[in-house]
Amino acid sequence: MRNKYSVFSLIKNALSYHENWQRAWKDPTPKKEYDAVIVGGGGHGLATAYYLAKKHNMNNIAVVEKGWIGGGNTGRNTTIIRSNYLWDASAGLYDHALKIWESLSQELNYNVMFSQRGVMNLAHNLQDVRDLKRRTHANRLNGIDAVYLSTEEVKKFCPIINTSPDIRYPVLGGTLQRRAGTARHDAVAWGYARGADAMGVDIVQNCEVKGIKRNGDSVEGIETTKGFIKTKKIGVVAAGHSSVIANMAGLRLPLESKPLQALVSEPVKPIIDTVVMSNAVHAYVSQSDKGELVIGAGTDDYVSYTQKGSHQIVEGTLNAILELYPIFSRMRMLRQWGGIVDICPDASPILSKTSVKGLYFNCGWGTGGFKATPGSGDLFAHTIANDEPHKLNAAFNLNRFVSGDLVDEHGAAAVAH
Amino acid sequence: MFLINCPYCGERDQQEFKAGGEAHIERPKQPTELSDDEWAEYLFMRKNIKGVQFERWNHTHGCRKWFNMVRDTSNDEIKAIYKMGEKPPTR
Repeated sequence: MRNKYSVFSLIKNALSYHENWQRAWKDPTPKKEYDAVIVGGGGHGLATAYYLAKKHNMNNIAVVEKGWIGGGNTGRNTTIIRSNYLWDASAGLYDHALKIWESLSQELNYNVMFSQRGVMNLAHNLQDVRDLKRRTHANRLNGIDAVYLSTEEVKKFCPIINTSPDIRYPVLGGTLQRRAGTARHDAVAWGYARGADAMGVDIVQNCEVKGIKRNGDSVEGIETTKGFIKTKKIGVVAAGHSSVIANMAGLRLPLESKPLQALVSEPVKPIIDTVVMSNAVHAYVSQSDKGELVIGAGTDDYVSYTQKGSHQIVEGTLNAILELYPIFSRMRMLRQWGGIVDICPDASPILSKTSVKGLYFNCGWGTGGFKATPGSGDLFAHTIANDEPHKLNAAFNLNRFVSGDLVDEHGAAAVAH
Repeated sequence: MFLINCPYCGERDQQEFKAGGEAHIERPKQPTELSDDEWAEYLFMRKNIKGVQFERWNHTHGCRKWFNMVRDTSNDEIKAIYKMGEKPPTR
């Protein structure tokens, strides 16, 4: 039985010096066979397992994770959540996720610290202005809140932005999605893990997939560092390493894996109470609840699995940050890191069946997967359980690269891919 | 970030170069004969290897010439560089 977190449990555990909290999830050895196995214990994978158990009564399932849960891109992103994408298919997908975020803490009984502080996207040239206005209109037609702001309104909403007309890339305007915001990345992984574990899902950490066993056109199981696990359904949610897993099954995916960097500053008092993103100059910034500035940079343009990234990318981003926010000129940066993002040619994800029966892929989220975590898990669970996509992820199939029915979101994906 | 030994200019910083993706993807000889599946394979599907990968690079801020590179994508170590049209090294 899983104890509920509440103010009373907090007081009770305080009396015993917080030494008797129940484990949030077990540390099981994998069984010989499962009804389904999820490869990858990040937010998306854990959410998939959670919704498989909760909505589709699949409780005999496992999540296998090479390292520790939430230690990959879930722990490396800049935690921005928004749904202001251009096309109808994307609007449906990302807003589905945003709606789940709005009540996720209550549902999981785990505070994911979802904060709807708004996300502002800046325009720095006339084409940006046209694109952002078009996207604002498209968003509103799809029922997604979006407003276009003039330079003065940008300054009013976020006073520390330098809106002087004589900087290299002046602020000509921007868009604002007020329902957008941030969440605590670790809490999302831990909350879903705790919820899934409570429904009987085995979360197996330090368990790397070494091979996928196929019998003709269907899957039979996975070879792991903890032995062979028999299963008829495999859901791969491996982000930057999706192609590596696909190659084990003899498939190729339309993905390239590249390092994407982020960095945080020393913690300071509240200075920026929203999220500001700027595509043209490759810089986005928000402030964590701890007070650190969270800054996102761009990707390197070559394939690499090194989780590092190049210095000049960070330098370019900080140049832009300093021009837009001169007040940060004496900030000291604490940490910098890279994550490996799997980028699709159309900057949209893949949540799809494959040519191999029982093998499903949830990948291609590129530079912006965190925002979609709950929706992605929900829709991917539907796809695995029913062997058919939900109508909201039907457009995000692998076959779109054959039919040509691509979902081009290079504009809304924010970091130029 | 690493150094690249351009076959025409010598050793230069990686930021002078532009990565051009997977090498040795042959352009279809009979484009009109290709099925949609074959087009998808040619245009979009990539090996995206973690390990030793063959790729094309361009020295955009130098001689602007294309060349091939063998690189280990797990640690960015360059194994070999050879000109366009040359046979890829076998080991």
